[in-house]
Amino acid sequence: MAAVAETLDTVAAVTEGGYKWGFSTDIEMDMAPKGLNEDIVRLISSRKNEPAWLLEWRLKAFALWKKLDEPNWAKIHHAPIDYQDLHYYAAPKKKQGPKSLDEVDPELLKMYEKLGIPLKEHAILAGVEPVEGERPPIAIDAVFDSVSVATTFKDTLAKSGVIFCPISEAVHSHPELVRQYLGSVVPAGDNYFAALNSAVFSDGSFVFIPKGVRCPMELSTYFRINARNTGQFERTLIIVEDGGHVSYLEGCTAPQRDENQLHAAVVELVALTDATIKYSTVQNWYPGDADGKGGIYNFVTKRGACRGARSKISWTQVETGSAITWKYPSCVLIGDGSVGEFYSVAVTTNRQQADTGTKMIHIGKNTKSTIVSKGISAGRSDNTYRGLVRIMKNADGARNFTQCDSLLIGDQCGAHTVPYIESRNPTAKTEHEATTSKIAEDQLFYCRQRGLSQEDAVGLIVNGFCKDVLKELPMEFAVEAQKLLAVSLEGSVG
Amino acid sequence: MSQTTLQASAQGFLARYAGLKSRFPGDNAQRAAGADAFARHGLPGPREEAWRYTALRPLAETAFHEPVILLSDTSAQLTALALPDLPRLVFIDGRFSAPLSRLPDGISITTGAPAFGHIADNGEKLVALNTMLAEDGAAIDIAPGIDAGTILLVSLGADAHGHPVSFHPRHAIRLGQGARLTLAEINSGTGVYFNNPVITAEIAEDATLVHLREQREAPGAFHLSTVFAKVAARGTYDSFSLALGGRLARVQVHAHLAGENAMAHLNAAQLLGATQHSDFTTTVRHDAPSTASRQTVKNVLTGHAKGVFQGKIEVARIAQKTDGYQMNQTLLLSRDAEIDSKPQLEIYADDVKCSHGCTVGELDADQLFYLRSRGVPEADARNILIRAFLSEALDPIAHDAMRDHMESAIAAWWDKAPTP
Repeated sequence: MAAVAETLDTVAAVTEGGYKWGFSTDIEMDMAPKGLNEDIVRLISSRKNEPAWLLEWRLKAFALWKKLDEPNWAKIHHAPIDYQDLHYYAAPKKKQGPKSLDEVDPELLKMYEKLGIPLKEHAILAGVEPVEGERPPIAIDAVFDSVSVATTFKDTLAKSGVIFCPISEAVHSHPELVRQYLGSVVPAGDNYFAALNSAVFSDGSFVFIPKGVRCPMELSTYFRINARNTGQFERTLIIVEDGGHVSYLEGCTAPQRDENQLHAAVVELVALTDATIKYSTVQNWYPGDADGKGGIYNFVTKRGACRGARSKISWTQVETGSAITWKYPSCVLIGDGSVGEFYSVAVTTNRQQADTGTKMIHIGKNTKSTIVSKGISAGRSDNTYRGLVRIMKNADGARNFTQCDSLLIGDQCGAHTVPYIESRNPTAKTEHEATTSKIAEDQLFYCRQRGLSQEDAVGLIVNGFCKDVLKELPMEFAVEAQKLLAVSLEGSVG
Repeated sequence: MSQTTLQASAQGFLARYAGLKSRFPGDNAQRAAGADAFARHGLPGPREEAWRYTALRPLAETAFHEPVILLSDTSAQLTALALPDLPRLVFIDGRFSAPLSRLPDGISITTGAPAFGHIADNGEKLVALNTMLAEDGAAIDIAPGIDAGTILLVSLGADAHGHPVSFHPRHAIRLGQGARLTLAEINSGTGVYFNNPVITAEIAEDATLVHLREQREAPGAFHLSTVFAKVAARGTYDSFSLALGGRLARVQVHAHLAGENAMAHLNAAQLLGATQHSDFTTTVRHDAPSTASRQTVKNVLTGHAKGVFQGKIEVARIAQKTDGYQMNQTLLLSRDAEIDSKPQLEIYADDVKCSHGCTVGELDADQLFYLRSRGVPEADARNILIRAFLSEALDPIAHDAMRDHMESAIAAWWDKAPTP
């Protein structure tokens, strides 16, 4: 019963409707000129005062990018992207990097407050501690356009040996780690967008959990695209050593703009022996208006390598935003007995297009993977699940289970399922199930009969449809995700 | 490298067309359109999504010639097939053989020229190749309300004294309103050859075509076949494909459910060993309300064999109340066998029930143990379980004579297959 009440509250709380994260913030920006060439790559590198090896790495990636073709296999349609008509670097103007939160531009802090992300540590402490005492706070790294503007709780984390900082900072403070792992999971030439990111990536989060450490709090990054005509190319690198554990949350929003904005991120995860990484995303980039004007093009490469035995990487994503989502968080299961998980809810409405899924590559023995994908399409949108399960020759005893369900709301949308199952080991077992249906009349009738409005009833049923995935989210995100689902589907019913 | 091999091979086929086009029988305008499409697009390459798991390289590396008149006696081959005693149309290297055939009474069948039909799509590259080089085929017309019983369609291939040949038979089946036909196809041969048949089936209201296909080509043969079936209201296209033979094989079935309550069954079984490669690729287009499709596809793979299944269910906006079901199961019996499976749903209507399932694994150890503990020798126990695994696809075949024929073909294959 509590769940029902909560859902009703959620629905009530979001009745203002529309995209409420669509404001933009006036902050003086330091921008690179439009266009992409070697000089821009050099400029980005020099702005960040990067060592020579990193510049070299970027230039190599840029050379690879020029040779690659834009992928065209996904079920998405968009006007050609003019890669020369973008700013590849935009940063809030500042004299020196902020030494503490007090030095962060108050306009920025205000913006994050508007987004509901309190960056001030005392604010979080004040808000959280009295309630449950035991609940650890969340450490946040906020990335504004291309630059990380504030990372909270650094000191607390440092005490347990955890490194959590902007990757641009890690390049200087822990060059050996960055150099060892950067591009080791997603090589620069992996695909068109990964190569682009490798050449021009601006900032992102860096996390290092040393041997045997369980990260004392959830880590979180909040991404925000603000400037006009910019692309955001953040790069996240998470390394968890033997026996370590981390839960990482990622949230994204962008202002409402008529033109399309490009977002091409790369996320690399490395889990060593017995390590666990839980990576949760709530993606709510601006999806464009009802006619499909504007919105973010979200072309993201996310991949985790389970390098050690019994390591585990779990991806959970709630995708409600972006005009186009092209995203396949993957697990390369190398270590014997390693585990990969992918839990996804993707909601598309209006003219959104989502082509998302995962890849599970089983290399080690007794590796296991679970895929649960829930696609909801409404309006005139297209929602595709595309996933690969590959069992390599030596993956004795590998096991995969995949469940893909699609829900259609209205008869102008499309729901598609494209699984690829490749098995080269007879002792491995793979199972795949997929269903497509609409909201059952009897469920709807039951809810309506008990006094729920049509819209609330749909919200409730959709939440139930997604429960298998939502329950994987950390509590803080689960609430936000439920609200998002309700907002996203507003106006698409009845 | 591979791309140029494919291009060279396509050039070879185009050269044959250029040399023979004035002598080919049948509709030259159709043929020219096919040649035009083939000249523009060539053979499908590995970068195409529909061909990502089946590379035509081994085919492209073989030079194929125009079949010559065979001097050897093929009737022995025919006898070896132990065909059921039924009317039959026999094609040798793609050409109709009147002496070996036995036409059914009272049914309109035309041979001697390709039967292009009306619903083939030259956008399919192998169909364009067929249209360009087709020399013969059967046009079978069943009048409204007639139950035409069973007709065997037999294809025998042979290389001409060590020269690989290719043939591209083109058959068209038309069923009038309420008509019925069982078309039982058997493809076999010796040596190295490339059999590229295209069959179009237009099924009118309330008509039923049962299409049973036994592919047991020679171990060195290439078999790439395409079927287009268009089904009107309340009509049924009920097909089963058995793949046992060939070096490189692919069966493509495109079923188009164009009228309300039309129905399609696209079942298949693929049993592969050694270095065989076989691909079963289907699309079902639900284009009218209340249409239904059912697919059960079973693969048994041993040796170094590679099996492929690609099945796509498309549901158009208008096709409300569609019921689509697809099940693909694979037994991997050896360490070096491989399966690539791509079931696919593409849905634009909301009031539908569509699902697919896919499983891959080895024989169940518990089941094997159960049989062994009751004194069944291991080899027999395995055979029993494999037969049981296949039964879901084979048992729905209502035609007893053909089911028996297929069962014995499977048994013969199994005797020859290397034990894993």
